[in-house]
Amino acid sequence: MKIHEYQAKAILKRYGVAVPRGEMATTREQAQAAAKTLFDAGADGVVVKAQIHAGGRGKGGGVKIAKSVEEATDLAGKILGMTLVTHQTGPEGRVVRRLLIEETLPIEKELYLGIVIDRVEAKPVFMASAAGGMEIEQVAAQNPDAILKEHIEPGMGLEAFQARKLAFRLGLKPQQINEAVRFMSGLYRAFLETDSSLMEINPFISCSDGRLFALDAKINFDDNALFRHSDIRELRDITEEDPLEVEASKYNLNYIKLDGNVGCMVNGAGLAMATMDIIKYAGGMPANFLDVGGGANAEQVTHAFEILLSDKNVKAVLINIFGGILRVDTLATGVVEAAQKMHIQLPIVLRLEGTNVEAGREILKQSGLNFTVAETMKDAAEKVVAAARAA
Amino acid sequence: MSILIDKSTRVVVQGLTGREGTFHAKAAAEYGTRIVGGVTPGKGGTKHEGWPIFNSVQEAVDKTGADASVIFVPPPFAADAIMEAADAEIELIVCITEGIPTLDMVRAWDFLQDRRSRLIGPNCPGIISPGKCKIGIMPGHIHREGPVGIVSRSGTLTYEAVYQLTTRNIGQSTAIGIGGDPIIGTNFVDALELFNRDPQTEAVVMIGEIGGNAEETAAEFVKARMKKPVVGFIAGQTAPPGRRMGHAGAIISGGKGTAAEKIKAMEAAGIRVAKSPAEIGETVVAAMGAAARA
Repeated sequence: MKIHEYQAKAILKRYGVAVPRGEMATTREQAQAAAKTLFDAGADGVVVKAQIHAGGRGKGGGVKIAKSVEEATDLAGKILGMTLVTHQTGPEGRVVRRLLIEETLPIEKELYLGIVIDRVEAKPVFMASAAGGMEIEQVAAQNPDAILKEHIEPGMGLEAFQARKLAFRLGLKPQQINEAVRFMSGLYRAFLETDSSLMEINPFISCSDGRLFALDAKINFDDNALFRHSDIRELRDITEEDPLEVEASKYNLNYIKLDGNVGCMVNGAGLAMATMDIIKYAGGMPANFLDVGGGANAEQVTHAFEILLSDKNVKAVLINIFGGILRVDTLATGVVEAAQKMHIQLPIVLRLEGTNVEAGREILKQSGLNFTVAETMKDAAEKVVAAARAA
Repeated sequence: MSILIDKSTRVVVQGLTGREGTFHAKAAAEYGTRIVGGVTPGKGGTKHEGWPIFNSVQEAVDKTGADASVIFVPPPFAADAIMEAADAEIELIVCITEGIPTLDMVRAWDFLQDRRSRLIGPNCPGIISPGKCKIGIMPGHIHREGPVGIVSRSGTLTYEAVYQLTTRNIGQSTAIGIGGDPIIGTNFVDALELFNRDPQTEAVVMIGEIGGNAEETAAEFVKARMKKPVVGFIAGQTAPPGRRMGHAGAIISGGKGTAAEKIKAMEAAGIRVAKSPAEIGETVVAAMGAAARA
């Protein structure tokens, strides 16, 4: 799960990580009040930052500096409601609904800090780089040695010597080291205690007066651990997500909308990806990724079908099920119920194998509905692509 | 022969009394697997479907001589179940549970390091040596005994590959689903090494997917050490970057972990990569034919 920058900063602040003073605003008036508070408190300027779940906001025109309350208010009015297009939003962009109004700081150096799980070592790894402010992937590609790494022993945590090592190698001044150690330790505690999957401070800044701040903050959480973090679940902003994906998540379905016109419903993530691949191989384009999961019941299958079909680009549907835990007769019952309930007119190609496949085929046959049954994945892909073309 | 499991393997089911545990334990027993009992803390001393239930894995081991365990415990408790099995010195732990928090797995993985247990999974279909033993949730009837080893990050896509082989009258020595999570016990290289040493296995199918670099590491191993032909497939050739495709581990991030990169590394290592998932079976036929002629 993703959250906004202002939410991430609020979490970090609780762990003693220094963040600039600022407030979230959803209206021009709130932005004006927030800017006034900051200027009254002695800020030299304020930054108006669009809050969307995507990076590259500055380049897209969603981050502006103001030197007065009037200018900040004016900028807030312009940015709120605008559709921000960045390299991470896709061409359709995202509508800006929230702003962060924050004090400006005398930046001397822009650095980078990040924590992720290293899959190979099966440990969290703390990363730091003196090349802050730019895409870390770009740094990794061009100059991998510029990224410093410290693996963290599970059960021990980030040790002070590790943080000191990173701080010195980042080129921080001796009098900043203790502060940097506190900063990094706080960051790691936040990562651990909130079950984060990724934490990035980019840039992590050193000011001309020596202070250290998280100028930006990004936190992604492990979806599998949200059950034990009710406070974090409340931070979810569903306006940032695709409505169909939100609907799918209610029924524990894994749905991702794509650009093609062949809808597909599959059990298992690997087979679902392979089904998308074979549709493309047959000359078509998948409209979605949809994994109904291992233990789906008839009701979930019905919902999956509804979600799949509410994408108006879908011209034909391929159902590819290899029953393991999910029994094919269960799937067939759900498909028939949904098809009858929704009066489906679209061509539907089914490819079914595995547990209780005979019973499943019988249910389809008895339904009197017009399904095309395919024998193999290849056969199914070719049939559904032809049907989508003809539609 | 086969790898890791055979007719003598004695399996205890952690979470036997749950719905999934019961269903799959019965299916495994019907297949011929020696299920010796179950573990459900608090229900020790009772019977379930004729099997004895124990309060702890240690007790199950002491009373039944179990040397393998399969875990159907819900996600919040599954990492603990893995550690409990390892503490009881179970040789092979197969964790089916999907949705275990990553940081829980970090702890469990660390716990396993200086212990003798091997973990398969989590978030996997399990392992089967056709005709001998099945520990997991795969449909047994699609398999047949034979010379091809299979190792895969995916569940149902493994069934698809097995099915393509069986319908071509090519049997399997052992099929292992290693799981779709970022942190897993047994990886591609571990499985390839075991297949390399197994006299029954003549060729190996390796099914990967986008995300991480496990396939690239496996390709290096194949190039340096593998004595048997390897056929590959990578799912997610059409997946968009930055989106997690079902499996927690299946995500292209920062331009890394793409199918194209993996296929390139695998082909450079001499692995025959099936372009379409429908061609896995025929690619195995071609690879085995070429190996026989060589």
